[in-house]
Amino acid sequence: MSKYLLYPGCSMETSARAYYDSLKAISGPVGLELEEIEDWNCCGATEYLGISLTPAYALISRNLALAAQQNHGKRAVVAPCSACYLNLAKADYYMREQPTLATHVNQALAAGGLSYTPGSLAIRHLLDVLIYDIGLDTIKSKVVRPLTGLRVAPYLGCMVPRPDYEKRWSDHEHPVELDLLLKALGAEVIDFPLKTHCCGGHMTQIGPETAFELIRRLIVSAEAHEADIMTTVCPMCQMNLDAYQGEANRYFGSAFKMPIVFFTQLMGVAFGLDPKDLGFGLELTSARKAMSRVGVETPEPPTSAPRPRKDSSLPMPKPLPTKADLAEKVEAAK
Amino acid sequence: MLSHSGRTRLECFFLKKEDAMEIAPESQAPPSPIPKLIEDLTLLDEVSNRTAGVSRLEMCIQCGTCGGSCPSAADMDHTPRMLFAMIRAGMRKDALMSNTPWICVSCYHCVVRCPQNVHIADVMYTLKGMAIEAKLYRDSTAPDFSQTFVDMVEEYGRSFEFGLATRHYLKHFPLRLPSMAPMGFGMLTRQRMSMTPRRIKGIDQLKTILKKAKEVEAVHE
Repeated sequence: MSKYLLYPGCSMETSARAYYDSLKAISGPVGLELEEIEDWNCCGATEYLGISLTPAYALISRNLALAAQQNHGKRAVVAPCSACYLNLAKADYYMREQPTLATHVNQALAAGGLSYTPGSLAIRHLLDVLIYDIGLDTIKSKVVRPLTGLRVAPYLGCMVPRPDYEKRWSDHEHPVELDLLLKALGAEVIDFPLKTHCCGGHMTQIGPETAFELIRRLIVSAEAHEADIMTTVCPMCQMNLDAYQGEANRYFGSAFKMPIVFFTQLMGVAFGLDPKDLGFGLELTSARKAMSRVGVETPEPPTSAPRPRKDSSLPMPKPLPTKADLAEKVEAAK
Repeated sequence: MLSHSGRTRLECFFLKKEDAMEIAPESQAPPSPIPKLIEDLTLLDEVSNRTAGVSRLEMCIQCGTCGGSCPSAADMDHTPRMLFAMIRAGMRKDALMSNTPWICVSCYHCVVRCPQNVHIADVMYTLKGMAIEAKLYRDSTAPDFSQTFVDMVEEYGRSFEFGLATRHYLKHFPLRLPSMAPMGFGMLTRQRMSMTPRRIKGIDQLKTILKKAKEVEAVHE
């Protein structure tokens, strides 16, 4: 068992629930022991850094300080979310590069009774740990239902392979780690040229046109390579491509239906786990058709029935009688 | 200098030399334009110093790799290269008014390609902060979004997407709500978005830390 401290990040509990569920499901089989950092807080995503410097880094560093405190001989913190991973790694790196930043941050942390020595923790991404610590051989040995014939587009997004302060990845723009993992699961991996291109990040919230164009590029490319499904390592990428695909379709008048799931969900399927425990059905662009190609039936997305009308609710005008109703009335009168 | 006497520039142009001499005494104000220019040339240092880590902004050789690598450059007022030249030239207002930092998607393509290892994405964060501080931006959508996000985090210690989305969309994209509705509904029915925020246990500790951090920031700015 390899032990790590886990920094889940806010999205893992909400929008990326499927990621967390599937991570919990696969960590046992591959022998990954994760211990959650107690009472962690938000990393500030890409927003706090644009407001003010010291508070943003103090916010990130509270997590590092808590992790170091809880660190029982475990040096590595694992973050599955790209933005969280980058923010933690960035804070640790910049506090080493610029000692005054570390001093300022520690002054702030001291007010809360905490402190952090930069460099005392290794910040790793989940995919990095799975490939380089757990190893492809272990992963391969757990596969009972290979994803044969499923054409998968490996999509990493930006913030995992870049800026890569500790030089952990094979390449900044075309890293092969995710491809190798998917191949180990038996999938047919397409050579996806946009694998580290941007999904639009927070632009879906502040400049939708910019974001829709970036989303369109990715989906067009995946379709052109005849991918059945895309897979990602990042909650933000999943959210943008999955949840905003409908709005992007309306914007461009297109009809894309490209599902995107987390790589841990595909690992779970290949390990023969129940798709219900892997967060399938939570995606807005259904992955049912793609997964049926490997003979896996994923749960139906929840549909909600229209609410029954309450008699006690506000009086509403009754709908006008139709021609048929009128004819009936005439008949009755006769 | 002559314009101080109440005459327009055009009138001054046609003044005889003698007339000009006459009004000269009252316009013997301390010379001002040149020192102001020198003051503005500190902008490069200021931006560099306020950036996390060692920004290396001074090392920019204007090669343009950044703009060429940028996925959203088409929507920017200035490419990063132009913006850095403007900063070096001390064009404070124009540089801070530029929409470029707000369009930056933090993809770090330029950062890994820059031959001079300039921390471009972090310089963009610095410029956003400086623009907010100086209230220099044409469109308040992005600054408001960042501020609302930060408000939620400071209040709960976690991000609160439902509160953020409702507050942000009602203010900035009311007309987008109908087309957003299916997505929001889908997120809620799948429980991918919670209508109630989660608060961390150590919220008071976090608030104390952030309060102190803001004090430290104010002293060292």
